[in-house]
Amino acid sequence: MKIKNRWTFIIFEILLIFVGLVMFAPILLAFFMSFMKPSEVFRFPPKVIPSSFYWQNYKEALKLVPLGRMLVNSLIVSVFITVGKLITGVLAGYAFSNFNFKGKKIAFSTLFVTLFLPAETVMIVPMFLLMKSLGWVNTYYALIIPFTASATNTFLMRQHFRTIPLELSDAARIDGATPMQYLLKVLLPLSKSMIGGAALINFVYAWNMYLWPLVITMDDKMKTVQIGVKMLIDAEAANNWGTIMAGTMIALAPTLLIFFLIQNLFVKSLVSSGLKG
Amino acid sequence: MRKLTPYFLLIPTFVIIILFIYTPAFNSFKMSFFQETYFGDKKVFVGFDNYIDLFSDNEYYNVLKNTFIYSFVSVGLTIFLSFLISQLLILDLPGTKVVRTLIFSPYAVSPAISATLWAMLFTPTAGLFSYLFQITFNLDVKWLTTKPYSMIAIIAATVWKMLPFDLIFYIAALQNIPDSILESSLMDGANGWIRMWRIKFPLVTPITFYLFIMNFTTTMFSSFGIIDIMTRGGPLNSTTNMIYRLYLDGFAFQDNGLASAQSVVMFGIMSIITYLYFKFVEGKVHYQ
Repeated sequence: MKIKNRWTFIIFEILLIFVGLVMFAPILLAFFMSFMKPSEVFRFPPKVIPSSFYWQNYKEALKLVPLGRMLVNSLIVSVFITVGKLITGVLAGYAFSNFNFKGKKIAFSTLFVTLFLPAETVMIVPMFLLMKSLGWVNTYYALIIPFTASATNTFLMRQHFRTIPLELSDAARIDGATPMQYLLKVLLPLSKSMIGGAALINFVYAWNMYLWPLVITMDDKMKTVQIGVKMLIDAEAANNWGTIMAGTMIALAPTLLIFFLIQNLFVKSLVSSGLKG
Repeated sequence: MRKLTPYFLLIPTFVIIILFIYTPAFNSFKMSFFQETYFGDKKVFVGFDNYIDLFSDNEYYNVLKNTFIYSFVSVGLTIFLSFLISQLLILDLPGTKVVRTLIFSPYAVSPAISATLWAMLFTPTAGLFSYLFQITFNLDVKWLTTKPYSMIAIIAATVWKMLPFDLIFYIAALQNIPDSILESSLMDGANGWIRMWRIKFPLVTPITFYLFIMNFTTTMFSSFGIIDIMTRGGPLNSTTNMIYRLYLDGFAFQDNGLASAQSVVMFGIMSIITYLYFKFVEGKVHYQ
């Protein structure tokens, strides 16, 4: 749609820029505040731009809460969950898309039902007790393993594999390829961009988990960076928002950077998969 | 051998979901009929007592009310605003690409971090939002600690966080509307505002329904981080929703029976949502 009227054009252009700034403002203000001296943070009326780069906030945040270690934890947890989900999803999706077998319908509905059992929130009490009985409380196992398979990923892979003609599979079989060879050498190379998109969304989902890491980790050394931010707020009795915002920036940087670098892939895969991050 | 292949392929997924979804779900159901003795050493079968306790407690109705207000207001606002903003973004105005990146950026921000950012904006001493509100209305509101402002504050953070998700889907949907439909409406002399609500909005109804359900589950389940960081359910439990109450009963008060009964109630709600989703949305939404 093109706008013909000049005044309408100007009004819409101003609106567009205004909406962009308002939506980005919380992140931008947090970034600025993370460099403010305590005296600047509490200035009235509030200052938006810091007078200098006051790095002390970052040092202080890292001293109060082991955010570095927590970043590593978040990274480990997110990478393993993503890889796990992709592997289980590809295998199960392949089974549902390319094979007919006894019990397929039952298997499919069994998986389907899990869509309305969000483990990391609703079943949190029995999940916690289960982890306790396994001796997994406060370990990476508890943070990773329960989340390495999901119905959404399986359905997503299945949907995608179905778009690849079955004739290809028949041809591969006649040439003597085993089902696994066909998956690895034909299906996967044809699914690169879809898997890339799914990986991104799963990574962000895992990185953003909050409730489960909150209850299952006791030791600061096992906590993820999301919990670190809350600990920083609790530790900062004086509510030194400069320090809290510095910690927030540390926790936010990885996903925000990935997002800025490959925004298009994010958006495309989100729309095509209908996945909730 | 080939016959067994699909079963081998399914093993990893099913081991995980049986161990970590079905087992705890079953335990949740079972535990909701038991109560632990005073010293926590024995579990006693109590039938529906946990459910009766839950629903004879006025506080739980308050929680349901909070959940209802929080979810519906957040979802309604998000859908309304994102539909409006999506109109701006499909106009191909100069700079749309840059602005789009800025507008989508909250998608990369976790609920917990969104909450921290908004807690900062709403803080009475240093928050820019508090200041702007003060100079505009000359009111000094303690946003996070007084009723009903704390509810407004968590809704603001939630809408901001959810908006990009909806926006992405609306943009995709609006770009799929054939030009011929819009052109014929232009001939009929419909102005922009009418065209937006009478023609475009009905055309994207399936997407709206999909977004409604997705947003509703987000506010039901993933809102925990926002509430825990911004208000901790307060003041006076006025922002305690179902998931927050479940967490309090399960972990702060360690009443596993009562918490499990709440889990079962939430399963019920989730089942209804999933049923509605598949009845009305699946198959009608074309993502590409």
